[in-house]
Amino acid sequence: MNAEAPLIEARKVTRILPGIVPTTLVRDIDLVIRPHEFVAITGPSGSGKSSLLYLLGLLDMPTSGEVLIEGKVTTVMSEEERARARLTTLGFVFQFHFLLPELTVIDNVMLPMRALGRLGREDMRARAAGLLSSLGLADHVDKRPDQLSGGQRQRVAVARALANEPPVILADEPTGSLDSKSSAQVFEVLQDLVHGKGKTVVAVTHDAAMAERMDRHVELLDGHIVRDEIHSPAPQPA
Amino acid sequence: MNLIFDIAWTHVRARLRQTGVAVAGVATGVGFSIMMAALMQGSQDDFIRQLVNAMPHISVSDERRAPPPQPAERLYDAAEIHNLTPEARRRGIKNPLATMAALEPWLPGGIAPTVRVQAIIRYASHDVATSVVAIDPRREALVSDLPKQMRGAPLSALYRATNAIVIGDRLSEKIGARIGANITLQTSEGARLSAQVVGYFHTGVRQVDESTAYVLVKTGQILAQQTGLINELRIRLKDPMASRDVAMRVERETGYKSVSWQEAHEDLLSTFVIRNVIMFTVVGAILLVASFGTYNIISTITHEKARDIAIMKSLGLSEFTVRSIFVVEASIIGLAGAAAGFALGYLLCLALGSLEFKSPFLDGNHLPLAYSALHYLLAGFVALASSVIAGYQPARKAARMHPVEIIRGAT
Repeated sequence: MNAEAPLIEARKVTRILPGIVPTTLVRDIDLVIRPHEFVAITGPSGSGKSSLLYLLGLLDMPTSGEVLIEGKVTTVMSEEERARARLTTLGFVFQFHFLLPELTVIDNVMLPMRALGRLGREDMRARAAGLLSSLGLADHVDKRPDQLSGGQRQRVAVARALANEPPVILADEPTGSLDSKSSAQVFEVLQDLVHGKGKTVVAVTHDAAMAERMDRHVELLDGHIVRDEIHSPAPQPA
Repeated sequence: MNLIFDIAWTHVRARLRQTGVAVAGVATGVGFSIMMAALMQGSQDDFIRQLVNAMPHISVSDERRAPPPQPAERLYDAAEIHNLTPEARRRGIKNPLATMAALEPWLPGGIAPTVRVQAIIRYASHDVATSVVAIDPRREALVSDLPKQMRGAPLSALYRATNAIVIGDRLSEKIGARIGANITLQTSEGARLSAQVVGYFHTGVRQVDESTAYVLVKTGQILAQQTGLINELRIRLKDPMASRDVAMRVERETGYKSVSWQEAHEDLLSTFVIRNVIMFTVVGAILLVASFGTYNIISTITHEKARDIAIMKSLGLSEFTVRSIFVVEASIIGLAGAAAGFALGYLLCLALGSLEFKSPFLDGNHLPLAYSALHYLLAGFVALASSVIAGYQPARKAARMHPVEIIRGAT
């Protein structure tokens, strides 16, 4: 088993949406994500799988319980500190590519780098171009998102998620809006991130076949984890 | 910071038409504010110029601010003395030439001795109370524009006849006295003099044109029945605005009551203060209305860009960064609006300035306009400030949005 220190840890995480009739999204979730894992989170609609991902990704705050990123408790952090943690440690890929339509492909990929501001302009550009060509998008660097196909856009979104070299990629239905060919491409990209580049990927999906091909499978039902099994030991990075 | 500007710029550019409308709103506000300020300031300056030119900047008369106390009052300070009338003195400024000589070295302008007599002009069964000013035509150019304001004949025409008189054009119309007419002047002292009209003048200030006449000093002294009398020193300064201070100094040095044009027209000047308050209120309101346009566009952009804001926040861009983007957008609109407004304002001023029409209230046939950098700066500053303020509220709201709510809604 993977004995390394957990990257993300959820402890008794409960999220209740306030309202006239409060809605419980997830309840008492305990989950540990360790480095180099390729985790599928599945479950029927409304089971709370996306909500769990947002909580793990610090996009949402748990009503009770806590989320730890690299061993640090995030519930006591300020909004700015959480934003910083998202910028450096986490990369997001959503069901819809969510690229900024006014920016070119490379500018979209550079956006998180510029927000972090660690690199010079030329280095950012070189890095973004490298990321894009490694995802087979070298020819589309200066296009706008609406000039690309769905699969290409989603791969740009992956490149953007990788911009600041975060150890963890969180993907919310990354293939949900793609045809089967593009889905396969994007899946391969994600798989390569884990097995080839040593990243950790947590993907929410409703695609059972895809979930079966991932290394670990967490299944949710009504806000609870009903299954958490490991298909094959996560291979160590080369 | 570069990033903030880049995104703001792409937003603004992507919404060119909406941005254009907002910019046009600000520009219209700025342009019309500038035009209005130019017009108000111009007419005010024009009016003051007329006022200032119609009369001496400072008039030193043979009066004192307070009547001199009786010797008894001075001597018996503690005693209460009833029924004393103030001391009566011989009229006129004592030794006017010496007084003038004392003032001339430091006075930044010209000075001329005058006799001012109140008289009634009688002509063809009209009786009009008139202020008769006895002048030296050769010195007059130093203290007033009268030589330039003459109609029908030059000021030197006063030398042409014995007891020649120059009257205001309105006065001439009122009594029907043309050049060559012989009118009668009568004072309250009982002096009576027949004078020949040799010319008219027109200052543009009704009050002056209607009730002022000029004669030679000698004629004035005959009318006042006092040889060698000088009862007013008229002063014109290079800088009319300094009149108040200079008048105070003259009064301190000579002891005679010195009235600056500002003091003489205090009521009019206080009207200008009210006029300016009205102007700035209206200009402020125009710019405020323009800022609603800015609020609207920034608000719209933040609504339209809610998804993008959510993405940027989910990527880890800070609230400050997101807020700055929209504040920068508002500033771009404000700046562009101000710049376009400057051009519009200038063009409006040019257009207004080129209009020609006849007005009974204006001497010229063009609208008086004042071009002042201050108007531009003020309108530009207010436009920029109101744009930023208008943009800040929606920007803050946008920056506070929770990304999950939008991402959830989008999926």
